[in-house]
Amino acid sequence: MNPGFTWNIITDIQWMWSLPSMVNAFRAGLAVALLAGVVGWFMVLRRQSFAGHSIAITGFPGAAVAVYLGASATLGYFGFCVGSALLIAVLARGSGTGAGERAHSSALIAVVQAFALALGAVFLDLYGGFLSSTSAFLFGDFLGTTDADVLTLVAVSLAVLVAMAVIGRRLLFASIDPAVAVARGVPVRALNILFLVLLGATVAEVSKLTGSLLVFALLVMPAATAQVLTARPGLSLLLTVVLGVFVTWFGLAWAYFGNQATGFTITSLAFACYVLAYAAKSVRRSFRLGVA
Amino acid sequence: MTVFHDSYMLTALVAGTGIALACGLVGYFLVLRAQVFTGDALSHVAFTGALAALAFGIDLRVGLFAACVLIAVLFGALGRRGRADDVVIGNVFAWVLGLGVFFMTLYTTNQSGSSNSSGNQTVNVLFGSILGISSGEAAVALGIGLGVSLVLLLIARPLLFATLDEAVAAARGVPVRLLGYAFLVLIGVTAGEASQAVGSMLLLGLLAAPAGTALLLTDRPFVGLALSAGLGVFDVWVGLTLSYFVPNTPTSFWIMAVAATTYAVAMAYSRIFQRRARVTAAVS
Amino acid sequence: MTTDDAVLSLHDAAVSVGGRLLWSGVDLTVRPGEFVAVLGPNGVGKSTMIKVLLGTLPAAAGSVSVLGQRPGAAGEQIGYLPQRRNFDASLRIRGVDVVRLGLDGDRWGVPLPFSRRFSAARRAADERVREVIDLVGASAYAHRPIGECSGGEQQRLLIAQALVRKPRLLLLDEPLDSLDLPNQAGIAALIHRICVQESVAVVMVAHDVNPILSYLDRVVYIVGGGAASGPAAEVITTETLTRLYGTPVEVLRAADGRLVVVGGPEAPALHTDRHGDRHEALR
Repeated sequence: MNPGFTWNIITDIQWMWSLPSMVNAFRAGLAVALLAGVVGWFMVLRRQSFAGHSIAITGFPGAAVAVYLGASATLGYFGFCVGSALLIAVLARGSGTGAGERAHSSALIAVVQAFALALGAVFLDLYGGFLSSTSAFLFGDFLGTTDADVLTLVAVSLAVLVAMAVIGRRLLFASIDPAVAVARGVPVRALNILFLVLLGATVAEVSKLTGSLLVFALLVMPAATAQVLTARPGLSLLLTVVLGVFVTWFGLAWAYFGNQATGFTITSLAFACYVLAYAAKSVRRSFRLGVA
Repeated sequence: MTVFHDSYMLTALVAGTGIALACGLVGYFLVLRAQVFTGDALSHVAFTGALAALAFGIDLRVGLFAACVLIAVLFGALGRRGRADDVVIGNVFAWVLGLGVFFMTLYTTNQSGSSNSSGNQTVNVLFGSILGISSGEAAVALGIGLGVSLVLLLIARPLLFATLDEAVAAARGVPVRLLGYAFLVLIGVTAGEASQAVGSMLLLGLLAAPAGTALLLTDRPFVGLALSAGLGVFDVWVGLTLSYFVPNTPTSFWIMAVAATTYAVAMAYSRIFQRRARVTAAVS
Repeated sequence: MTTDDAVLSLHDAAVSVGGRLLWSGVDLTVRPGEFVAVLGPNGVGKSTMIKVLLGTLPAAAGSVSVLGQRPGAAGEQIGYLPQRRNFDASLRIRGVDVVRLGLDGDRWGVPLPFSRRFSAARRAADERVREVIDLVGASAYAHRPIGECSGGEQQRLLIAQALVRKPRLLLLDEPLDSLDLPNQAGIAALIHRICVQESVAVVMVAHDVNPILSYLDRVVYIVGGGAASGPAAEVITTETLTRLYGTPVEVLRAADGRLVVVGGPEAPALHTDRHGDRHEALR
């Protein structure tokens, strides 16, 4: 049972951070917000939210299979997430922007997701009585972050973020205007595949903390909110990360003091931000139209 | 074959057929309109709805259907002409999942004693329990499946027109927006019913695989529609049969395996066939 | 000059989009078999006029009557070709299916399988589709996925779709827009032939009058606020256009007979919500 929330903020924070697991959770939260924010920003821009969600879901059977085979869950997460990312990226036809191509690729993504889940069902069955772990796989265990977790998270984050920094500008070009980018010599198809793989790695790593179902929220919501508020890429990216850190940290604190699940608290905060941003934009637009 | 002498298999078959028909037909338009994500989101919404119902002690099904249909309409309202935006769906859906977690904690903490039974319920909601369906429930599933199929067949032609050629259809008097909403409600009802049988997680497979396969195999719209429905039924029948012969494995796995395999075969076929067609066209 | 048999008539019509008055004082009467072009600089509201005629946008002032009724009521007798409609290559639907949708896409239900053998109506429908595809000259490629056809071929099929119900009025929104010169000439000739042969009134929005100049009966030229309508030779002149634009404009005739408008100012880049009409159009 967590101590109640007093209105003396300083004491509360001191209390919370006296627990090493909470400190780790906050450190992890920072890294996750940064990683998921940057990758998620591109994912939202490229309208690949469905792919991101599906890849996240495939992590769950991956973990189940790995644990059944005696390996670590992390390996399972990575294997399945990156594997399904590659499958989707390679089998999707063309650049995926035509109406028919979107239809076909979304069908493919759905089949990959559903089949991965079906596999998970089998291994769940075989392992039997696995249900508490199901919960952990699907919903995560943010408040139980260990030192080792933080270290691996930082390592993977650095790797992915460096890769993103290297390909960033070309990826932006390829995302916004693939036809012209190809003409200019940008390796669009290779970038498409690489991006999905990076997305898979991000998802796999973040899923360990937030669970397969809710990693999606951290990928989509801060980025979507930022893109509602501004069209300038640099500002938008920065805003995404700031929002991500905000909802993660406050979500963690809320979960701790209110004895709620982090999944619920973080998504609720993030959604509230999104709704507020949307409302603010609508108000601003109607105001401008009314005056003009 | 002795398979169908076992009454539980028969009830499963009846329920499965109704659901497969609805999923095949609805799924065809779902893929055509690139609204597969909506279907996926609604299946997870079903999860939250069911858990909310459990937490509040109401009938599971009420929560399922209410949540699915309401959120489906919400998606429509938040989009253009009845089609929702990817990002909006993502956000609403991520939040609904968060709510699901909330209701799950509520439900499990309220359940005094066996955390196992609540865990069981969660798994059932996720993966379904078609073999455990009672004959009454099977009849309902068949009824709803047939009902959805009938309504869809009724609106199929204008919906196709509105999907492929929106501006002209609207000019011709087709109620594009209304049809969009009607279709979303159909998805919601299908999601609500099917997730009970095959589970909310695997409903997606039945919505996407038969339809995706059909679209790979034919260009003609109404042939594709029929093919999608037929493939759905085929997937369920063969899947159920397979699960009968390999006991102690989850049924939903077999159904999904058949669906995924047919899809993969169709994909391979279309790649090879198209390459050959392209070569002949280039040569001629 | 009676307007009893007029296919459409606009009298002192005006339209506003997003709170801004686009054009006003437009007078136009079109009789069966006439070929009328709606011209003007970009952004002036030509497509908006089509929307008014279709009934998807209400006129802010004046009276509009289409086929003797208010706009939007006679949708069945109007063939419509929206602007820049492009079926991308990945959408695998055949040309015949697209044309067929134009015939019965708004009827409820599904076509029953094997009904061809038993239903005379179904056979007649198939025959009509074949007939209209022949009319536009698209028989060779109508059975291929429409996305694989070239721009000119797609336009022919789409014109077939607009014609399949034997409409009395054809509304075309910049159909020659993305076509090369030979295709522009071909489609323009096709439209003229249909206009004469089938006695269909054609109202066509265009930003370049030259491909259709020799076929036109009349022209409506809209310029920021005002409009002039009449025979092309009277409207597209230095005097008329200078008066419309309010600044010196010259109309030159090239050696091959083409008209060039020189000195017309660019449409002001007003940042209004171009899609403001969409919100109203969804009612």
